[in-house]
Amino acid sequence: MADVVGNKVIVMPVKGAYIPRIDDIVLGRVTDIGMSGWQVDIYAPYPAMLPASETPMHGRDSVRRDLRSIYGGGDLMIAQVIEFDRTRDPLLTTKGRGLGKVTSGRVARINNTKIPRIIGKKGSMITMLKKETGTDIIPGQNGVILVTGRNPDQELIAVEAIYMIEREAHTTGLTERVKAMILERMKGITVGQ
Amino acid sequence: MSATHQPSPVAKLEQKTVRDLILKGKRIDDRGLLDYRPLTIMLGTVEKANGSAQVYLGKTRILAGVKIQTGTPFEDTPNEGILTVNAEFVPLAYPTFEAGPPGEDSIELARVVDRGIRESKAIDLGKMCIEPGKKVFVIFVDVYVLDHDGNLIDAAGMAALGALISAKMHAFEVKGGEIKYKDTKIPLPMQNYPVPITSVKLDGSVVIDPCLEEEQVMSCRLTVTTDKSGNICAMQKGGLGVFTPEEIKQIVSSSVNKSRELREKILSKVN
Amino acid sequence: MGNKEQVQLINQNGLRVDGRRLDELRPIKLEVGVLNKADGSAYIEHGRNKILAAVFGPREAHPKHIALADRAVVRCRYHMAPFSTDERKSPAPSRRELELSKVIRESLEPSIMSEYFPRSTIDLFIEVLQADAGTRCAGITAASLALADAGIPLRELVAGCAAGKIDGKVVLDLSDVEDKKGDADLPVAYMPKSNSIGLLQMDGSMTEEELKQALDMAINACRTIYEMQRDALRQKYHIERDESEREEIEEVKA
Repeated sequence: MADVVGNKVIVMPVKGAYIPRIDDIVLGRVTDIGMSGWQVDIYAPYPAMLPASETPMHGRDSVRRDLRSIYGGGDLMIAQVIEFDRTRDPLLTTKGRGLGKVTSGRVARINNTKIPRIIGKKGSMITMLKKETGTDIIPGQNGVILVTGRNPDQELIAVEAIYMIEREAHTTGLTERVKAMILERMKGITVGQ
Repeated sequence: MSATHQPSPVAKLEQKTVRDLILKGKRIDDRGLLDYRPLTIMLGTVEKANGSAQVYLGKTRILAGVKIQTGTPFEDTPNEGILTVNAEFVPLAYPTFEAGPPGEDSIELARVVDRGIRESKAIDLGKMCIEPGKKVFVIFVDVYVLDHDGNLIDAAGMAALGALISAKMHAFEVKGGEIKYKDTKIPLPMQNYPVPITSVKLDGSVVIDPCLEEEQVMSCRLTVTTDKSGNICAMQKGGLGVFTPEEIKQIVSSSVNKSRELREKILSKVN
Repeated sequence: MGNKEQVQLINQNGLRVDGRRLDELRPIKLEVGVLNKADGSAYIEHGRNKILAAVFGPREAHPKHIALADRAVVRCRYHMAPFSTDERKSPAPSRRELELSKVIRESLEPSIMSEYFPRSTIDLFIEVLQADAGTRCAGITAASLALADAGIPLRELVAGCAAGKIDGKVVLDLSDVEDKKGDADLPVAYMPKSNSIGLLQMDGSMTEEELKQALDMAINACRTIYEMQRDALRQKYHIERDESEREEIEEVKA
């Protein structure tokens, strides 16, 4: 939306590119394996780097491990941004609780500016989503969200709910409508807890 | 695709000098804001061409050649000759000029020079018809940039004009659809003399005939091509900066004025 | 300006071939966010022009060496579909399309705050689906909206419109027949808030006075088109809120 502020006109993105910030949790995909680390696509204008030294495996044993055995091309991971400024590409780490390779679940990609809406006021929206669909949901600040449940049907409903929130982010009464949609869809499936 | 240009190799120090001087109303080569660099035009340097002109504008050096051949007319203008202008940024003219198909800068230059000649009807193309709908003369104007020190458009426009004015072709007669050349030589049917005048905006000041350093520091440029009656026949804004409407109007006025001086100079060379 | 057989472009009532007055704009329709995969997009119908504009970016620079250290590289491609003109146009880029890609980029780039995205590219694609003179101006109008739709920070929107001269009179917004048979064409791109002209070209024959008149006419039309652009954006991003939800959204953004 364009707005006049003083004598400058500023267009505020109602959607925009993801610009990494330090400490952001992001989901990314390995696009290249280099000598000392991996290049990771975090769906930003800049490719990210995960150095081998920033993975928990590193230095564990004296045998030099093939980087491919940790992450191969196309692997998905949850990582944290540890460095980023205008002069170089973002640097990631997977040392930390909950970080590392993603081996199961479904991924939803929405515009990063809608992530706060997925989380909701004091986490109200995401808590409702997790409870009603029986899944675990990890939202990456870069707009990529991981949904893990015991049952692929539950995962699908959670993903549909996420896309619904993205589409209707600007409307009122959204939490209730999403909850109603989930309850309706959940009737048709057997829930595994 | 057109892409933002890479920054020029001109040293930061020279750029700073240009800016500092401009703030004091001076230019890096001591010229007035509306002064052209020394201009030399030499005609007929390439005898095999129908016409040729070499222009030195300061250290910028451009050679234009005219070749007249025959061809088929365009469908919508069956009785008119064809004018085609091409420009080549020859690699020896500047360290970053590369061999290969024309880049957007040389295409822009060729089209701006073409517009000036075409829209002013400098050549009476109606007199270049051999057999209506079948055969006409094709006038090739090739602009060859040999040394780039700024303001290629004006130098190219003047070289093209010089080459056209001084061009010679065999007198001809059309008999039964066949063209018969005579021994005498005649000039091209020229009826107007378009001259492009380029100004650039530099830190709020406007200067005419930018040298290379001024071009590389400039915000934007405006080329105004005027004909012998003071009518404007082509304009082109270039560069990433912007002009206010008032700046445009001022530049148009000073360009129309300046073109008289330059036109006289070019025409005096031919006679 | 091409073939100039005698055709009356202005009739005895002072109306043009399509019934417009000398200073009247052709009808314009704007739509924002029309494509799915592009980061931003817009569609314009200006007279019989139908043009689609799309933006990808900011995104990683490929190849890396084209990147600039302190700002985004803006790339622009203006292209006409083969079926867009009266005579089929070859799909290969013509010299005209290459020149227009350049001048269009130079009209939009000043509006983009490209310093926000160093070492990346912002790619702009303008596809003319149907052409009826004034395509570069209409393309700029649409591309500016596409940039806003992509969430790229802009200094302001850029509006484009041409003026010209037909039958010796200065007129606004030439149609195809007027461009072909008229006396002069003056495409302009303008940003009203900063009173800046980003694109200005002219071909034909005009006196200094006529040129100044035509320039003013085109600028005024750009102001009108600018308001249409803002409306189009407002419509797309219309926000319904009641006070309670508003609080929730504000807090969530913090």
